[in-house]
Parts: sequence; C-alpha cells; structure tokens
Amino acid sequence: MNPLSRMWPGPAFTVTFDGRPIEARPGWTVAAALWAAGIVSWRTTRFEGRPRGVLCGIGVCFDCLVTVNDRPNQRACLVPVRPGDVIRTQEGTGHAG
Amino acid sequence: MRADLAVIGAGPAGLAASLAAAARGVRVALVDAGPEAGGQFYRQPAPALGSARHQGRTWRRLREGLDRHIAAGRIHHLKDHHVWCVERESAGFAVHALLGPEQEEPVVVRAAAVLLATGAHEKVLPFPGWTLPGVVTAGGAQALLKGGLVVPGRRAVVAGTGPLLLPVATGLAAAGTTVAALVESADPGRFARGARALAAEPGKAVEAAGYGARLLRHRVRVLVRHTVVAAEGADRLTGVAVAALDADGRVRPGTERRIPCDCLAVGHGLLPHTDLAETLGCRVDGGRVGVDDEQRTDVPGVWAAGEATGVGGAALALAEGHLAGGSIAARLAGAAPDPRGGEHAAERRAALRRFAAALDRAYAPRAGWAERITDDTVVCRCEEVRAGAVREAVHELGAGDLRTVKLLTRAGMGWCQGRMCGTAVAGIAGCPETVTRRPFARPVPLGVLAREPEEGRRPEQGRPQPQQDELG
Amino acid sequence: MTERLTCDVVVVGAGMVGAACAWYAARAGLDVVLVDRGPVAGGTTGTGEGNLLVSDKAPGPELELALLSLALWAELAEELGPAVEYEAKGGVVVASAPEGLAALSDFAAGQRAAGVSAVEVAADGLHELEPRLAQGLAGGVLYPQDCQVMPTLAAAHLVRASGVRLLTGRTVTKVPRTPRGAVRGVRTDRGTIHAGAVVNAAGTWGGELAERAGVRLPVLPRRGFVLVTEPLPRTVRHKVYAADYVADVASDSAALQTSPVVEGTAGGPVLIGASRERVGFDRSFSLPAVRALAAGATRLFPFLERVRAMRAYLGFRPYLPDHLPAIGADPRAPGLFHACGHEGAGIGLATGTGQLIARLLSGGVPELDLAPFRPERFEEEAR
Repeated sequence: MNPLSRMWPGPAFTVTFDGRPIEARPGWTVAAALWAAGIVSWRTTRFEGRPRGVLCGIGVCFDCLVTVNDRPNQRACLVPVRPGDVIRTQEGTGHAG
Repeated sequence: MRADLAVIGAGPAGLAASLAAAARGVRVALVDAGPEAGGQFYRQPAPALGSARHQGRTWRRLREGLDRHIAAGRIHHLKDHHVWCVERESAGFAVHALLGPEQEEPVVVRAAAVLLATGAHEKVLPFPGWTLPGVVTAGGAQALLKGGLVVPGRRAVVAGTGPLLLPVATGLAAAGTTVAALVESADPGRFARGARALAAEPGKAVEAAGYGARLLRHRVRVLVRHTVVAAEGADRLTGVAVAALDADGRVRPGTERRIPCDCLAVGHGLLPHTDLAETLGCRVDGGRVGVDDEQRTDVPGVWAAGEATGVGGAALALAEGHLAGGSIAARLAGAAPDPRGGEHAAERRAALRRFAAALDRAYAPRAGWAERITDDTVVCRCEEVRAGAVREAVHELGAGDLRTVKLLTRAGMGWCQGRMCGTAVAGIAGCPETVTRRPFARPVPLGVLAREPEEGRRPEQGRPQPQQDELG
Repeated sequence: MTERLTCDVVVVGAGMVGAACAWYAARAGLDVVLVDRGPVAGGTTGTGEGNLLVSDKAPGPELELALLSLALWAELAEELGPAVEYEAKGGVVVASAPEGLAALSDFAAGQRAAGVSAVEVAADGLHELEPRLAQGLAGGVLYPQDCQVMPTLAAAHLVRASGVRLLTGRTVTKVPRTPRGAVRGVRTDRGTIHAGAVVNAAGTWGGELAERAGVRLPVLPRRGFVLVTEPLPRTVRHKVYAADYVADVASDSAALQTSPVVEGTAGGPVLIGASRERVGFDRSFSLPAVRALAAGATRLFPFLERVRAMRAYLGFRPYLPDHLPAIGADPRAPGLFHACGHEGAGIGLATGTGQLIARLLSGGVPELDLAPFRPERFEEEAR
C-alpha cells in the first residue's frame, strides 16, 4: 500500500483478490483497494484475453468490470469495498460458459 | 415517490437548481448516482471517514442549503439512485432508477417536471497502447485521489488537452506522485496571451496562475504542443513515447522521446451526458442538450442545466442550475420567472459561456489526430475493434455513418455503448459524430425491465412555504 | 457534383434485398448500379435480426419463396464465408399449454406437407435442445431449416462481392419515363443514371419510390423494437419463440404485439425481438413495448432475469395490406420492377427475391409463380 493511502482515516480491513489477502479502508471502492495494493488489472477481455483495469473511474467505460462475491460484471470504480469481500479476476463475459 | 420536480444529478447544476426551486416552495426529489451529493466536481469522501478535506465557500453554502431543505422536507435526496430512463407519462414524468451499487433493485420517482443535470464524462482519443492497465483518464485519476487518497502509480505522466489536466497534475504531485511530465497538445499560452475572455474572468486567470506556480514547485515539466504517440508495456504500462506537434497537429519527425512511468492520466476534454434527454425527445445539437434562456428544453416540463447543455465548468453549471430552478418554480405555478432575481445569474451565465467557448477553441484537438491512429490500434475497447476495421468498413463496405460503422465492425456495441469510442470512430471514419440513441442510460436487468414498476411510498404531504433563496 | 451514368439496371436501395437483386443481376451478366440515399444497410436491414425462417410461415406463396431463399442463402454463405455470421442453427417453437401445442402441431403438419422439415419435440425433450428453457412447457416443434445471418454484414459483403457500382448518399428524386411510359433510369440529387430497367428495392420507403415513378404501391411501416443484452457465452442455441409469434406475424391489428424471438449471436449478446405496432414512422422510444419483450423473454428463459439489457433499437418493417411482398415487373411502368414490402422477413426472402428479379431482368422464366406478388394487385382492389 502506498504511504498516502495509509493516511486515509478509518480502520483497515481485509478482503481477498484471487485468494490473496489485501488491505482496504472504509469508504473505498473496490478499484481504490486494488490500486492501493498495487494491482492494476482484474479483468481479461473476451476476444483477445488482454488485461484491463480502471479507465474512467466514474462508471462510464465499464473497463473495470470485476467479479465480487460471485457477482460478475461489477464496476470496481463504483462498488464500495466491504470487509470480507471475495474479489476475483473476471475472464471474458464473467458468466460461466 | 412523487415530487413536483425530479432533479437528476447532484453536481453543481443539480444542487443549485434544487436549492433555488425548493426555496420557492417546490418539492424536489434530488436523484443522484453518487453516495454523497457533489457530483464529480465536489466529490466527497464517505461520511464514515470524517476526513476534513478542504472545502470551498461555495460548496459549504450548497451543502448547508441542502441540509436545511432536507431537514424541512422540501428536498428528498435519493442517493445511489442510478437513473436508466425518464419516461413521459400522461401527467408528468416517471424517473426509472436502479439502487446502487449493485443496480438490481428498481425505484420509480414521479414528478411534474424534470431537470436533467447529468453532467459529462471524459473523452479520450486512442493511441497505441491506451488499453494497457495503468492508463487512466485524467478525471479517473482525480476520482481515485479524491475518493480514497489512492494514487494510481508512483511516477505519472499527465497528457492530452484541456484545462482539467492542470488540477490533475498538481493534485497527483501534491499527493506524492512524481509527475514526470504534463503533455498538452494545445498551446494554452496563446490562449492566455490573447483571449479577451480571460480578462473578463479574472478569477480564472488567478486559478490558472495558481496551478502554474504549483507545477513549478513540484518541478513538473510542461510540454506544450506535444502528444503521447504510444503507451508502452507488455501487461501494464511502463512508459510513454511523446513527440512534438507542428502547427498542423502532425508529429514532428525526430522529436520522439520515451518517458518511463507506471501511470498515464490522459484526457481530451469532456462530453455531455445526453442519453436521457435524447430518449425524452429533446433536441440535442452538437452533442449538447438544447435549452432556451430559462434552461428549458423543447420538451414541455423538461429543463436541463450544467455540462449536459455544454461543457463550461462548475461556475457556469451553478449559474445555469440557479436559473433553471427559478424558472421551474415559476412555471409550475403558472407564472413567468421574476426577471429581477435572475439578472445577475443570467449575466454571469453569458460571461462564463463566452469563456467556455474561448477555452473550447484553444483546446480543440488538433487536426490530424485521427490519421495518427494506426490500423492496429484498438479503438473500441469493449469489443476490441481496431482502427483498420473501421477504415475497411468505410472504404470497402459502404458505411457512411457512425451507425453503419458500428453494425459492420461492432465498434460501440459493447458495455459502454460507444461512450468511450464514439468520437474516435467518427474521426477515423471521417463521418460526423451524430447522436447515438441510448434508450437505456445504464444497463438494466431484464427482470427489472419486465416488471411494471410499483410506486414507492409517498413522502410527507403538504407543500412547504416559500423560503428566502440562498443563492440569489 | 452531377454526373451521367449509363447501365443496364439501376437498383434503388442498398439494403439486403437491393444487395441480392444487384448480386444476381450482375451474375446474369447485367451492368448494375446500386444507389441509396444513405449508406449500405442504412434502413430496415440495419435494424433487423437476420431471421431466415420457414417456421413462422403457413403453406402458400411466401413459404415457397422462403424455401427457395433458404437454399440460395446456403450457397451464398459458402461463397461469402464467415464474415456474414451465417448460422444454420435451427428454430424451436414452444407452446406453454396443451391447447397451444395442439394448434402448433396442426400448423407444423401443414408445413411438412409443403416441404418444411418440422420435428415434434415432447416436453421432456425441450431441455436437450435448450437447457435453459423454462420448466413446465407443454412441448414444441424443432425447425432445422431456420437460420440466422448478420444482416448488415451480409448486405455489405454481398454488394462488395457482386462488383456492382455502389453509389451511396444519393437520393432518387424522380424515375423519368418515356412518352410511351417506359422508365429511362433515375434522376438523383447528384446526377442522372440512364438505364432501361429500375428495381425498386427501397424497402419501407418503396411506396415513395413508386410514387416518383408515377405508380402506387401501398407500402406502410410496422414498427418493431429489439432488445440487446450484455455479452454472454453461447447459452441460447436456437432461435426460440412461443407459438403465439406466428399469430402476431399474420395479424392485421394495429395494436402492440409482442411474442419475443430469443436467440444468441456470434458477437455474444442475446437478441430479443421484436414488437409489432403500426404507428407510422414514429421514432420515439416506447418503454411499454420493450417491457413486454423483456417479460416474454424472461418467461421463456428465466435465467435472463438477471442478465442486463444494454440497448434497444427500433426499425420499420415494410408491409403491404395482404402481408405479401411486391415482386415482379410493373405493367403500369414498363422497365420498373418491384422488390419490396417483405415486412419482417426481408432478410430471409432477399435471396429468392433477388434471383427472381434477375431472371425477369434477363428475360428468363422465374422459378416461382409471381402472380401472388404482382405489384399492381392493389389497384384492382381499389377499383
């Protein structure tokens, strides 16, 4: 986590990204938690399998789609992160083939 | 629920309009996607955090006014409400929203009048490598910073064009990120030297000077008339290639250099959100909702204010919102707005619009940007459509407009519905950027769409008494 | 910019039907110019789902045309390759109640007699065909001949492969005639094209073009909305629809009718189409129309409840009062040929229509009796 993010108030809590624990803070979005942990991509595209993360940061571009608690296609830049969240890299459509 | 007025968007325009209308006795439902009022401009951290952010005087006034009207039952602030469609009904309007953040539960708000204060989103023109993780919009970088003190990287380049780049660069630098360069394709110095509009807006000159001083303090290198020609990296950004532009907007050969960075914050201006207006049948001209002096659209009962009616910044949005609120209150009561109350705001609006137009001219993307996009550059990020496919659709398959290009290539058919690629695809295809109809302003679950919406509970009855107007 | 061009045939309308007319006419050795006021596929073709169906057609002239067209589509698909997203996926028509199933079985029996392949599917066999279908349906019929194509891609690739001259962005303002009444080509806002034959493939606007040639053809619009979902892995395998669809297609009612056809696409999204209502060229969005589509689709496929609709769009089907297209030479204006008014079946019927028109243009004998499609048939009624 970068030093500045540690200045964000509120008690830190733990969530997992692809099974690995990362630290988050109340009021953050999923995208903020991932960025703070140094993770910049959490989706692969459905045709070319390329990595993607956040682009617009305000819910318009849908590039930051991610699976949170088995719910696919959540916009990481909008969804608040909550204690215990299970965040997983989303492949393709996010729906089981 | 039912209200006299549904205001869509709680940014500067929506807030100013809500306060002006509520002060005149209008019952307002303020419907907003955010968890807190403020929109993108006054983006607020969640209250649980209790962070003492620096807050300007205008914001404090808006916030206090909002709290007062909420306490008095004149404004209902509906947070986390993502509006996907506004429907005309026999008497008034039905505002259809999904409750956030999951956006699966429907809500409907009915109102006699609607104000669209839907704001804008950032435009990004593609370049090779712009899909790499680590490339974010300038506004996106700002949102992460404001919303969580999260800095997107240790070494950033801020690039593109437009006045938003300055606060983003200074914000990142102040947060401890090394800003390796600010790459601006226009020459804003020319604007500052020559523009009469700037002289008419001394506040703006002071603001710009402040950013300049901060850039100096943080030793941010400013490259004007430069552009990012490529973002580099395998699976994430490791650097950008920048080059100088000639007077025609073409890359000057031999000027290319590489700047290592792990974040590129890039933006080329803002695009108004016009989907709701378009579906209601409002006139949309040149990408913005058309309004008259009272901020009325050409659909009776529908007003619009702020960036949706043309990008011009928060001060203009406040002035427009204020005028709209006054007009709505008067028109709902069957009267014409009192000209005395609105004179100052109308003058302010005119001056700010002149300023915005001058800015727009100074920061217009330089000719030649579309030719620079190589055939193998992905332009539609959602459907992974490359520039070459767009060119083939036009030159070999007979596409002549944005819609046919979309049908032939899938560019603009994905999750974002062309919001991110529309400008670029039109530029590459050489066709006008026509309005794309998006009846759903947001994706909506079929199960929600299938059900006739039930009306939520009615708010408190009774019409509150008119109040002194705070922003008059 | 004005220019003078000379050719054998001017085809007006670069939608699917115009593209097929141009293709088969060029194949027959004719020099063809294809002209459109917009881009390729800018009208109804660009809003179509690409249904190549026999399942919804009762025995009669339209079904004969559909069978001819499907055979030609299979040939074209070979020639054009994967770019047009042709899929011989088959259609499944389901009935929710025993009475509906009995009616559907009768309908299918009649179709079988007319040469359609229609396989009865018992209730317990439906999920083998479509695993995500709702439970409790009475049964259905599988139509292996039903196919799908991406209409805009098909029209554009067919035009390109045909090698005809394509002039887009040109509006035909007049179809000039000789003193004896024969057509002489078309006048456009950007020049004149001389030809001894003009094909009206203007779709929903075919009535307007006929008028510019001085004849009456009562083509009217029937509005339809289509819903498009988020991309999914291939979950819906066939074209699936409820038995009431057939009744809606044949209906004369002006009111909104929605019996959705649900299908997956090569691109990923599921398409849900299409409503039918007669409201002229009204382009305003109708939430009730798409709500009814969503309701019908989620009844057939409950898993769609949580799938998101990303967009909805509308188009105008060209229909004639008896729901049959106008195909053939117009005796009121020698040299004028009509190929329009296919209602919601224009993509499917385009190939047969194109071949029949090309046969007429080159002086041959068409494969089908064109009497039911005579363009002047409505004159007689009017008298």
